Order: sequence, then structure tokens, then C-alpha cells
Amino acid sequence: MLVCATHHVDHTCALAAAVAGLAQDGDLILLVGDLGAGKTHFTQGFARALGVTDRVTSPTFTLANRYVGDIIINHLDAYRVEQLSEAEDLALPELLEDGVTLIEWGDNLAPVLPMGRLEIRIVLGQGDDDRRLELTGVGPAWAARWADLETAVADWRVA
Amino acid sequence: MTADLILGIETSCDETAAAIVARGSDVMSSVVSSQIELHRRYGGVVPEVASRAHVELLMPVVAQAIVEAGVEDREIEAVAATHGPGLVGALLVGVSAAKAMSMVWDVPFVAINHLEAHLYAAFLEEPDLEMPLVILLVSGGHTMLIVMEGHLRYRVLGGTVDDAAGEAFDKVARYMNLGYPGGPVIDELATQGDPAAIRFPRAMANEGWDFSFSGVKTAVVNHVRKHPDADVGDVAASFQEAVIDVLVDKARDAAREVGAKGLCLAGGVAANSRLREKTLDVCAADGYRAFLPSRAMCTDNAAMVAAAAWWRLQVDGPSPLDIGADPSLRLPIVG
Repeated sequence: MLVCATHHVDHTCALAAAVAGLAQDGDLILLVGDLGAGKTHFTQGFARALGVTDRVTSPTFTLANRYVGDIIINHLDAYRVEQLSEAEDLALPELLEDGVTLIEWGDNLAPVLPMGRLEIRIVLGQGDDDRRLELTGVGPAWAARWADLETAVADWRVA
Repeated sequence: MTADLILGIETSCDETAAAIVARGSDVMSSVVSSQIELHRRYGGVVPEVASRAHVELLMPVVAQAIVEAGVEDREIEAVAATHGPGLVGALLVGVSAAKAMSMVWDVPFVAINHLEAHLYAAFLEEPDLEMPLVILLVSGGHTMLIVMEGHLRYRVLGGTVDDAAGEAFDKVARYMNLGYPGGPVIDELATQGDPAAIRFPRAMANEGWDFSFSGVKTAVVNHVRKHPDADVGDVAASFQEAVIDVLVDKARDAAREVGAKGLCLAGGVAANSRLREKTLDVCAADGYRAFLPSRAMCTDNAAMVAAAAWWRLQVDGPSPLDIGADPSLRLPIVG
């Protein structure tokens, strides 16, 4: 696990951009964290780094937004999905076929998700703008890129 | 093409609704089978629950709308349904049913944009509203500042860059364990609190026409974390005041800028009593009309769908039957 610390939302966006630099078609990234942790901000920084110029807004109501940048970015929100059977409506297998998929409140869906993924847990810190980001690779998808990821987030890394 | 008697159907989110409207403004019936009870235990709208409930409720709701209007099936001259934006499974229920009825009855089918329908809610109660009109459309999924220059002619001045206003109400209410839906709960609690107790941020207050409600949501979370004993009424009132301040200030600036004849609220958050009060104050001070649709017309309903369809049908004619549900449909902008 990689642990990073940021002290401003702009840092969180910059860290997201660094992660985006390593993203590939078919990637799945779970964003976990309480209300106000900055999951949508992370996605905004991530999408901008991949050339998305459209406005990236919260998908809580729409459940799934799709943006086209250098690669396709699927932005999902499982905040309102509390029973796994309901996840069917998100049509995950079809979405995961192309582009990189980020799921906010993704821990709700973890049991039905494919093994290969990057989990990013964002924890509120002491100060209002302090965040701790814990990056964990699950399965083989990120193992080959782990050293590159360590280098990419070195500026914010604390453990 | 015109059709005097239109059956409207709305299933874009958590309401199953049907209505019969004559000539775009005479509401003969408007039935809303609120699914709020079904959703309350989940603390939000659950997509699959919504789709299934729409399937079960739609035909009884349509039948009731026809009976209440006192009309016969064969008198209905067009069938309209919301085809976006919204939850795709939920939208498909209404669109499919409307197409089927239009084929059986051999009348036009009209696909309606949910956002446009909200704008037409105002005309149901006030058919002679003068334009240009500034409309503040605020709901769980949308926050938009729109100038309506004529029928079916809009300009979108701005929108949210992150969370919708209603979403912020819902999330704050859920974080504080106040219940669902969050809007009415906070509205009620706020009456027992001091809106000046806590100074929550007014994001983007003086920056253009866009809105941001993610920061105020986070500020409430931070405040409650640090002050677990904070008075719930004070937090609710102060949060609400921060959101409403920005909404009303921008709407007021927009009305001045375009020389609006009136300022109109639309969408579920338009039922918020503090928003209504402040809008009335601002319009009275600035000397143009405030138009606040009744609570029934602010929230999702099918009468507004039929009203929008009356105008759309005249301009565009019937919609093709191969048109589908579009979860991310945007408001059509015509010069």
C-alpha cells in the first residue's frame, strides 16, 4: 500500500493527474471515502489530465457519466446503491469493456467487481483541507505498474 | 401540428406520474404516485427499485389520470413521455408505455426533455408569463440558471460545477442522520435554528453564473466533526442559508443583466420555504414579478410534461418512434 498526504484540494487533483498518467484502457479504480473526502475532485483532476474538457460533475443522481478524453472515462457513483442486486442497473461489465472506470463509493460494490483494480481510500485529516490517500493494488492489473506508481506519487508519499 | 388533449407521462426518477392537460395549460388531472415511502429506507433513490416500481405503478396511474380528467381514451390526441435526463431503466418504462399507447390509439408520440418540462411547469399556473424570464432550476440532479427568451428558446447562463443543490441537501441530511428526502427535513429543522449561527462558505458567490455546492457540504461535515454537540437546527439553518444565498444572489444578478420581466423557480428545491421567501423579497425590491409554482408543480409531475409537449408538437411535430431514453440529455439550446 502507498500512503500519500495532501493539504489542499489542488494537491489531491495533482496526485490524481499523476495516477492518470499510468491509466490504461480497461482499468478500474475504486474511490472510497466519507462525504466531502474529495472523490469527485479526484476524478476531476484525473479526467483533466487525460484531456477531458467537459465539466466533470457529481454522478450521484445520474449514476454513470461518460467523458471522452485521450481515453474514455466512465465515472460512476454507487452512493445510492445499497443492495448488490441493484448494481445490475449500472451495467458494469459493458462499461468496463472500454476506457478507464472510476467508481465513487465503490466499496459498496466490491464483492461484485473484478479482481484487478486500484483502490484509493481518501480519509479526512486533522485540518479541514488535510487528506490521507491510501492506494492499494488488488490483483495483478497494477502489480506491473507499481514501481511507476510509486515514482509518480513520490511528491505526496508519506509511507 | 396541435393536439388539444395530451396525456403526459413522467418516470425519470422516483415519481411515477401521469396527467391530462388541455391546450398546454389546463390541467384536467395530475396523478403522482410518490415512491418516497419505498425509497425512505434506502436514504436515496435506488435505480432498480425505481424501475420495478414504475412498471407496477404506471398503468394504474395512467388509468386514474384518465378517469379523473373525465375523458375517454379516444379523446386523447397525443401521448408524451420524458425521455431524459434521468435513470435509464426508469425512463424506458415511461417511454415504452407512451409509444405503445400512441400506436394503439393512433395518435402522435412526443418525447420530452425533463428539464424543458420543469420550465413549462410555470406556464401551467400562469400561461401569460412575460418573457424574457430568468428561471432558477434547482433539484436533486440539476442546478441551472436559464434565460427563457421565448417559447422553446433558452440560454443556459450557468450550472453546477460539482454537486446539485438538492444533492447537497440530501447528502448533508444523510450525514447528520436526519432522514430522507433531505430537502424538506432541513427546511423544517432550519425553522428552529439560527441561520447566522455558523458562517458556511458561499462558493463562487461573485464569480460568473456557475455554482459549486461541494465545498459547503464538506464544510458542514468538518463543522459537525469538530462540534459533535452543535445544535442541529443551527447547522441546518446555516447550511440552508449558505446555499439559498448563492442561488438567489445569482438569479437576481441574472434578472438584472437580461432585463427580465420575471424570476421563476423550478425543480424540487423550489419547494424550499426559505428560497421562496428570499426570491419574493428580491423581486419585490427590484420591481419585477416573482413566479413560484405550487409545491406540486415544482416537484416531478406529468402535467409539466404534457404542457411542454403541447409547445413541442406545434414546432417539431411528433417524435419518431425509434427515439430512445437518453440518461444524459441536455437542454436544447436554440439561438
